[in-house]
Formats: sequence, structure tokens, C-alpha cells
Amino acid sequence: MATNPAQAADAQESDEAGARPPLPSGVVAFVKRDCPTCELVAPVLAALAKRVPLTVYTQDDPGFPEALSPVDDTALAVSWQHGIEAVPTLLRVESGREVERAVGWHREEWEALSGVEGLGPGLPALRPGCGSLSVDPAHAPALRARFEGGKLHARRVALSSLEDEMEIAFERGWSDGLPVVPPTEARVLAMLDGTDRDPQDIVATVPPDLVPCTVEKVAINAVMAGCRPEYLPVVLTAVEAACTDAFNVHGLLATTMSAGPVLIVNGPIRRRIGMNSGKNVFGQGNRANSTIGRALQLVVRNVGGGRPGDVDRATLGNPGKVGFCFAEDEEGSPWTPLATDFGLEAGTNAVTLFPGEGPRTIVDQLSREPESLSRSFAAALRSMLSPKMALAFDVVLVVSPEHARIYREAGWSKEDLRAKLHALTLMPGDELVRGAGGIAEGLPEGVRGQSIPKFRPDGIHIVHAGGGAGLFSAIIPGWANGAMGSQTVCRAID
Amino acid sequence: MTILLDPTSERVPAARERAARLASIEGRTIGLLDIAKMRGDVFLDRLEERLAERGAKVLRFKKPTFTKPAPIDLRQEIAERCDAVVEALAD
Repeated sequence: MATNPAQAADAQESDEAGARPPLPSGVVAFVKRDCPTCELVAPVLAALAKRVPLTVYTQDDPGFPEALSPVDDTALAVSWQHGIEAVPTLLRVESGREVERAVGWHREEWEALSGVEGLGPGLPALRPGCGSLSVDPAHAPALRARFEGGKLHARRVALSSLEDEMEIAFERGWSDGLPVVPPTEARVLAMLDGTDRDPQDIVATVPPDLVPCTVEKVAINAVMAGCRPEYLPVVLTAVEAACTDAFNVHGLLATTMSAGPVLIVNGPIRRRIGMNSGKNVFGQGNRANSTIGRALQLVVRNVGGGRPGDVDRATLGNPGKVGFCFAEDEEGSPWTPLATDFGLEAGTNAVTLFPGEGPRTIVDQLSREPESLSRSFAAALRSMLSPKMALAFDVVLVVSPEHARIYREAGWSKEDLRAKLHALTLMPGDELVRGAGGIAEGLPEGVRGQSIPKFRPDGIHIVHAGGGAGLFSAIIPGWANGAMGSQTVCRAID
Repeated sequence: MTILLDPTSERVPAARERAARLASIEGRTIGLLDIAKMRGDVFLDRLEERLAERGAKVLRFKKPTFTKPAPIDLRQEIAERCDAVVEALAD
């Protein structure tokens, strides 16, 4: 007997809220003509009708079954609201409430439920039913929007017959310049399946307008970005992390520098949602990588009001400001995941937000020893953003598998590499001082005679990612890092 | 009818906002767009006189046909050369 306690609890709640139409007491059947089992049991229903109070709801043909005066449920409202998943479904109803349910034709169950013996003597004992039209993918999204749309509080924007649903996002300023998926009620409800959180929970206060942002608003923008519902927990965590004082997405948005939020995902969720940590890891072609970072940027744009040319004052920007998100290759890494550097346990689902610009490739195809390869990395790192500036910018160094193998074989830990890079990026102050090397840019006179580190002690982040072939790694340069600008923020994904 | 959910903070009206109005027309360039319906020119000629009296510079434009939206080149030319435009319908 297929009873469902969760459904029964829902029914009680809905009844109290007056949302669900009560059912007539007695035996209630849901059928459709386009179901051989329903056709098969039509005589059984006729026999039942003579013995017990029977109400039949019919989903497709209001005249089926003949002679039983079926109730027309071709709008599927009653079927939807009572959670009918297959037909025939037989319910026993007392005082308007379902107390027992049988799905498909099962003589013993039907006899026990109705209290009538000897049903369908010529029929097989058991015959499964067909899918209820109310859960058919052709109808379910619209039914859901009709009956559950009330939990969405966002303003409805009704398009006129002359408005194109794809153009509307450009016309109203909702788009980042690329097409967005129109955020219909059905799509947003489906997106919200990706989280257990209440749609009206506040996720964060989003700058620059400092707007309290609900789970629902994040879901709307995630739909527009092209996310699937299972990405939503990553997007929600990214929004939370971005809107902390430490990450300072306001400053990152407003800066004339090129950086934007870079999202790096760790943990089993990478595989579960199909993220790319391998070939073309920064490139196009993976839906999760391409849309999760975009969803965060759309939240900043649409909810926070942060728009290019307005509060976003970037001189150049970078293509990653549409959205820059990738996963770490943990399985192939010689090192612990990035999130462990922020105190989380390996295997934790987490997203790290780094304020960074576009990746820049380091080519070294001849180094076979860690010492040599580290010197290559350091030379590239020293020139990052400006060869004359130090301690201003953090960095993410993305080490590809072929380069990482060199460290693995030599037994270098991530800390070993980090310490070596700090040592190799110490620079003589005499070379950094303003005017040195014929370059006016540089540090004040006070650095003469000193050794100046390029990076803050916690300013080098190391990540393992990329395709298995190619002796290339990459630098993702930061923005004004530390307390004066943005700190890198890592958060566990709920 | 398609209904979408507003992705914004909802601090501005859902309807598209009008462009900002000019504080004064004196010294500004006003385009007069004839949509190419009969006698629209009569109305626009009079409007031109009145605008000129108030110190506006007037430029005249005309759509090839009233049955279609103004060609993109024409719209861009108006946008580049004018501070405001009056689109006149006469019939």
C-alpha cells in the first residue's frame, strides 16, 4: 500500500491554509482514458460505485469512464494538488482527508481500501498503471507555477505581445551583454529545487546599493545565467562570500583595475555538477564553469546595482568579468586542495573567491627539476602587474598536471613550493625604487638597500588544474589585496 | 502572455523609463521627424517656427514610409545630431 507520510503532512498543512481542495468522502479514483489499465478497471469502478460512495476524477476525457459521471479534471488541478503520480490511483477519504492510497490495479489493495470483496474477478491480480498527466513534463512546470508561484515574491513583469522574451533582458538592462535565459516562474521554481533554503531567506546584502538579497533573487539570476538547479548551492555560497567585508566586492567592482571575482571550487560537488578542472579549464564549453561565476556577476549587477561605467569604473576590465569559475583537479594533484589552506578539511565542498584578472600563461617546457621550474615561475611572478611594485597584489598560481608531476616526483609539498617562490621573489629595493631601470614607476626611496618581498606572506595561492598535456602553468594576478582591498575568502558550501 | 520575474532590487519602476526631458530648448538642437503621412509637414512647419522663436535649432528628418519603423541609420543620425526629437503624426 503506497501511503506517503510526507504527502499526508503536506495535505494537512495545505488544508489548514485552505489551499488544497477537499476531496469527497468515500472512495476517490483518478483515471485517464489514455491508460490501458484505467480502461481495464473501468468495470471494476462501475461495480465499486454500486457498493460505496465513489468519485472518479478523469484527466483527459471528461466522458471516461462512461456511466460513472466522472468529475472533469482535465485542468489537472485536483490531480496536481493531491500529488497523483500514476493512474489509476484509488484513495480512501474520510472527512475530506486522504487516509489510504493504492496506485495502479492491485486487487487485494483495492479490496482492502474499499472494503469490497470480489473485485474484477476476470482480471489479473495486478497491473501497473500509467503516469499521471499532472506529472507529465508537458504539464507539470505550468501546474507548478500555477500552484506554487505564490511562494515567489519577486515583481512580475508581464511582456506585451510586441516584446521579445530574449530582447527584454537587454532592453531592461538585466543582461551582461550576452543573452540570458528568461526567468519564468516555472524555471525559477525548478531552480529553487537546488536548495533546501526558504526562497525568502536573506543570503547577503549586495553592494553597491546594499540591497538585502533573497535566495529567490539569486535563483532568478542563476536561471538567467544558465545555471542548472544543482549549481545553486555553489552560487548561493559565492554570493555570501563575495558580499563579506573581507572580500569587498564593492571595491573590486569600483576599481579602475581589471580584476573581478574568480571562483575556485573544491570538493565532491565539482564532479557531481560536472565541473571542468582539466583541459581548457579557463575556457569555454562547460556549463557549470561558464554559468556559476556569471550568476554571481548578474546578482551584483541586477540586485546590487553594480554596472559597468556606473559604479564599475574599470579602465580595461577583462573577459572573465562575465564570469570566471573553475574547479581544482584534486584527484590528480600532488597537494591538498586549495580549501585546506583556509582551514577546511579535504573533501569539503567549498568555493574560494579570489579578486583576480585574466590568466596569463607561463611556458616552461625544459625544466625537469623543481628548482629550475620554480625559478621560471618566480621570474613570471616578479613581473606580475608591474615589475616595479611589491606587496600590493596577491596571486593564484595554477600549476598544470605536467608541471605538478615534477614537484610530485621530487617530493615537494605545496608549502615547499610556496616557501621557495617567496624566497625567489624577494627583490632588491634598489631595483624597485622609482626611476630604477629607467622606469618612473616604483617604490619610494626608503626601500634602497633592503630586500623587498613581491608577495604578502599569505599572498601566493597554489591550485592544481588543467589538461594532462602541456608544460604550461598560469598566473591569475590579483587586485589590491589584504585589508586595504580584498582578502581571498573561502567558504564551505552548505 | 509571458510573465518574467524581476531579477533586480525593484527600486525602479518595472516600466521602461522615459529619457530625461530637456530643462530648456534654448540653444538646443531639436529634430523634427516626419513619419511620411500626408500633411505632417504642415504641422511640423508650424512647429519649426515656434521652436525657432524660442531659440532652438531645428533639423528636419523624414521616414521613407510611415508603415515601417525608422531605418537604423536615420535613428542614429537623429541621436547623434539632436538633443531631442519630436515625431509627428498627422492624418
